[in-house]
Amino acid sequence: MDSDEDERTLLPLSQRPEWSDVTPVPQNDGPNPVVPIAYSEEFAEVMGYFRAVYLADERSLRALHLTTEAIQFNAGNYTVWQFRRLILEALNADLHEELEFVEQLASKNSKNYQLWHHRRWVAEKLGTEAASRELEFTKNIFVNDAKNYHAWSHRQWVLQNLGGWEDELAYCNELLEDDIFNNSAWNQRYFVITRHPGLGGIEATIDSELDYTIKSILIKPENESPWRYLRGLHKNNVQSFVTNPKISTLCLNVLTSKANPVFALSLLLDLISKGFEPNQDLKNAIEVVVPESNSQDSDISVTICTVLEIIDQMRVNYWRWRKKNLHPQVAEGVANLHIH
Amino acid sequence: MESSSSSSSAAAAEDWKPTISQEEQWTLESQVFHIYRLLCNIPPNSQAAMLELQRDSHMEYLLKGLRHLGPSFSVLDANRPWICYWIFHSIALLGESIDVTLEHNAIDFLMRCQDQHGGYGGGPGQMPHLATTYAAVNTLITLGGHKSLASINRGKTYLFLRRMKHTSGGFSMHDGGEVDVRACYTAISVASVLNILDEELVQGVGNYILSCQTYEGGIAGEPGSEAHGGYTFCGLATMILINEVNRLNLASLTDWLVFRQGVEGGFQGRTNKLVDGCYSFWQGGAAMLIQRLHAATGSTSSESSDDEDSMAEISPDREEGQHSDVDEVNSSSIPINFINRHTETEPLFQSQALQQYILLCSQVEGGFRDKPGKGRDHYHTCYCLSGLAVAQYSWSKDADSAPLPGSLLGPYSNLLEPVNPLHNIVLEQYNEAREFFSNASAL
Ligand SMILES: [Zn+2]
Repeated sequence: MDSDEDERTLLPLSQRPEWSDVTPVPQNDGPNPVVPIAYSEEFAEVMGYFRAVYLADERSLRALHLTTEAIQFNAGNYTVWQFRRLILEALNADLHEELEFVEQLASKNSKNYQLWHHRRWVAEKLGTEAASRELEFTKNIFVNDAKNYHAWSHRQWVLQNLGGWEDELAYCNELLEDDIFNNSAWNQRYFVITRHPGLGGIEATIDSELDYTIKSILIKPENESPWRYLRGLHKNNVQSFVTNPKISTLCLNVLTSKANPVFALSLLLDLISKGFEPNQDLKNAIEVVVPESNSQDSDISVTICTVLEIIDQMRVNYWRWRKKNLHPQVAEGVANLHIH
Repeated sequence: MESSSSSSSAAAAEDWKPTISQEEQWTLESQVFHIYRLLCNIPPNSQAAMLELQRDSHMEYLLKGLRHLGPSFSVLDANRPWICYWIFHSIALLGESIDVTLEHNAIDFLMRCQDQHGGYGGGPGQMPHLATTYAAVNTLITLGGHKSLASINRGKTYLFLRRMKHTSGGFSMHDGGEVDVRACYTAISVASVLNILDEELVQGVGNYILSCQTYEGGIAGEPGSEAHGGYTFCGLATMILINEVNRLNLASLTDWLVFRQGVEGGFQGRTNKLVDGCYSFWQGGAAMLIQRLHAATGSTSSESSDDEDSMAEISPDREEGQHSDVDEVNSSSIPINFINRHTETEPLFQSQALQQYILLCSQVEGGFRDKPGKGRDHYHTCYCLSGLAVAQYSWSKDADSAPLPGSLLGPYSNLLEPVNPLHNIVLEQYNEAREFFSNASAL
């Protein structure tokens, strides 16, 4: 913005000559509104003029500048944003300036639906030439807020619609290197593995991905993210989930270490429910998690549930429910007898 | 409260430098446990006082918001029906009534937000928007009475919903607006409660929601995004309302959901994020919905079987997408039977721990907040109270039966009104609206 424009912004609209032909339209709040907001004079004035141009459907340059001011007061006003898009189209405006406008707003508050929706609209208009700038834009957001939900959605939209996949897996590695607990980065990794047009999907990457996941789990076994990722990798391949010795070995390694065993036990429970048969080493490892519990049951799944009920108090009801549903027919009979 | 799943076993790797996620988590844990230790170290009668719901100061805060909001609220100028809903729903949860003038003022104000072509905008003269339409409709139902309910133009609301229908099967938030799971939920919730839900509105919604369930089990805002508490509630409630809930992988959704309750007792919105009071409802409400779904498995109630198909049993082994036939929409019976179903099922989360987080960590002198160190606001007040109500009634066998004192944390005066978790409207007002709109003429 040049200094000329700055001057003009400081003057009240009612004193700017170019607005002298417009009569502001007051908000129709009625005589006794609830949740009335004590707007500042400047806010009320800008919105009064906005309503005037909006009702007159005036798609002009001055109306565009007015929406800039209104959005700076309240970036959540979707009506102003939508009208701004109509004006931009009517004026055939340079959308690169629009990117700067959004970037400046995002530096103040990047958690706003309208801003991101607008950014997507602009990027879509600009097409593939916008890809790298959009990826850079979201990257900058992640420097301070690596889990920004809107920014991740935008980045995924850009990759799918404008491209730029080349370095995405490396970027996920980088973020996970910084913070292995960053679940948004794990989610992005899954997005890349399953949707990257050149990687061949899960089938082509499963071996290296499984190794990466297992390595990550062993660094921090209490980190839920890679455990869920591991399940995700096998979502459509129960066979390899149940038969891959790397997975059962992982469980054994975690159970026999000093680490939190909840996720290993929970994974084992899922494995067994899908047909996996644990060997004696695993059974022993499960039983020594809570040696005093006397939890040895002929059915190892029952034992696992019992152990989880003891060590994972926050989810005691859930593990009890899982136990009850190991054999649905039995569970139903119990329910009918009203034994709880 | 300090559970064995505490995340502080970092001793394993000597040279491990805590990550940002870990540092933030440990900082919050120490703040929260400090508060819980205070509770443990005081005599029982003071404990009861500490756990008391500060009804009077909450009412004072809520009523003040109805009458005056300072200039800083200008950033919520396109959300005023939401502010109405957050406040009036909170008041209704507290079981308080408001004076008739204020009620009429609210109805009059929302009339001014209603667009001449249907739907409600964020304020007078603003474009109609699905989320503010949901907020306005829920507010008017919460206010109740003929004048309030009759002020909603059902015919035009239906046309607005149809206009928002998107080619993806989902809905756009507004003309030219974003398409996501929230838009689906707000559209379907409004249509269901107003008794205007039909095949055209439902078409494709189930496929859209299904495409948003992630490998983690929860539901994301858009296909590919991260599983998130708010969207999981919205997606799950939508699927129940359109009678397609069994198309979701409910076993993995449940597993993801129960792991969102943290050692602090509150819920986090996403894996490895901090707990936040508002997820008491988004996750707690979703857990209540799942609990009601399970009720079908071992149900011994004498209820007719007309909705048994829609609530078929779920088991942990269930694979995603097995059941893909779209049941015929039978909007008049699903939600009401679902909510009134007798259940012998226990809650899937720790109800006492959740209540403790809400009362001790989110409650402030007048209102509620996200977590210690944050300020109160009407949004968190609404969803902390909604979550508290869900937790209090989580052991009740029927939706409206009063809970036993043992299922309440703190004095029995803490008891809130029960809600219909599908719409998050207080049950009594929901039932009134249900009857009103089922007698309303066909469009
Ligand atoms: Zn929150």
